[in-house]
Amino acid sequence: MADVVAEAREVDPRLARLKRLAIVPALNEEGGVPRVIDEIRAFDPEIEIVVVDDGSRDRTSEVAASCGAHVLRLPFNLGIGGAVQTGFRYAFENGFELAVRVDGDGQHDASQLGLLLEPVLSGEADISVGSRFAGIAGYRSSRGRHIANRIFAGTASLVTRQRVTDPSSGFQALNRRAIALFAADYPHEFPEVEATVMVARHRLRRVEVPVAMRERQAGRSSIGLVRSIYFMTKVLLALFVGLFRRNVVPMEDR
Amino acid sequence: MIPVPISIAGAISSFLLVLFVLELIRKRRLRERYAMLWLASGVALLVLSIWRSGENTIASWFGVQTYPPAVLFAVATLFILLVLLDYSTVISKLADQNVILAQRLALLESELRDERAGES
Repeated sequence: MADVVAEAREVDPRLARLKRLAIVPALNEEGGVPRVIDEIRAFDPEIEIVVVDDGSRDRTSEVAASCGAHVLRLPFNLGIGGAVQTGFRYAFENGFELAVRVDGDGQHDASQLGLLLEPVLSGEADISVGSRFAGIAGYRSSRGRHIANRIFAGTASLVTRQRVTDPSSGFQALNRRAIALFAADYPHEFPEVEATVMVARHRLRRVEVPVAMRERQAGRSSIGLVRSIYFMTKVLLALFVGLFRRNVVPMEDR
Repeated sequence: MIPVPISIAGAISSFLLVLFVLELIRKRRLRERYAMLWLASGVALLVLSIWRSGENTIASWFGVQTYPPAVLFAVATLFILLVLLDYSTVISKLADQNVILAQRLALLESELRDERAGES
């Protein structure tokens, strides 16, 4: 009982007022999902958690449901963009005022949600992004990934005329405006970089917060050279073409 | 001048193409939407094959003096590219719709589960 009271006191009152959701995209993470859910609850026991199962072949859905999460099970694999957007649609349609995304592979550390949420709670930002490169050192990544990130960060900064250090980070907190935009339109395969540009074009305020991220716990996603080049080209193409695209209308304004 | 056998072969094959496309539409195995480009290619090739002086004139515009029937190949290739590009747009649209359907299905299933859990 004392524990519950202590935990309840820890939740920021600005946060406790809001109808809030944690979106956890997961693909074949039956081993990792319970820990992610526990960590989110440790930060905020009252937050609703929705696990988007992106066509897993293992028991991700069952495990997540037994942990008390709401499960959205996609009939086949859509890729991270389609999976996360399912979560945004759920958030939008069920009237959530705030959403955080915490990946099911455990690389996002839910204990840092307080840092991540601060700019959104204070009204300073519509979307807050945890950046591995904005301050806290120590995130190791392969040289290829590092170069790719530098190229994306440079391009995104140039296009949006803002300082973007980690455009591919999926550790994000969003208010209702940002949720409405992403529910209406979200890029596919490698969505975060393109989304950065979308956010700028819609004049949403994006803020980066320095965070530390963990190495992936399991299911290391080793993207080969050919695929890396494919992704690089695809994302740069999308950024370029995105500049000449008419803005989509966010859900709420339709 | 264009060799006569080539004109005849071109006319017959493009005529057969048009007939075949019409037959597919009749049997409802091909939607009119996707038949349009095929019919256009068939008709264009048919006209070029029959209208021999026209083909010659077009060839001379482009400086094709040695082998005027090359114009036929060029036109055929152009139409094939158009058809393929059209298909790519169709596939992209289907893929987008597929994503939306999968997302709606997941959302509806979860609503249904909630409702059933609420009833029992």
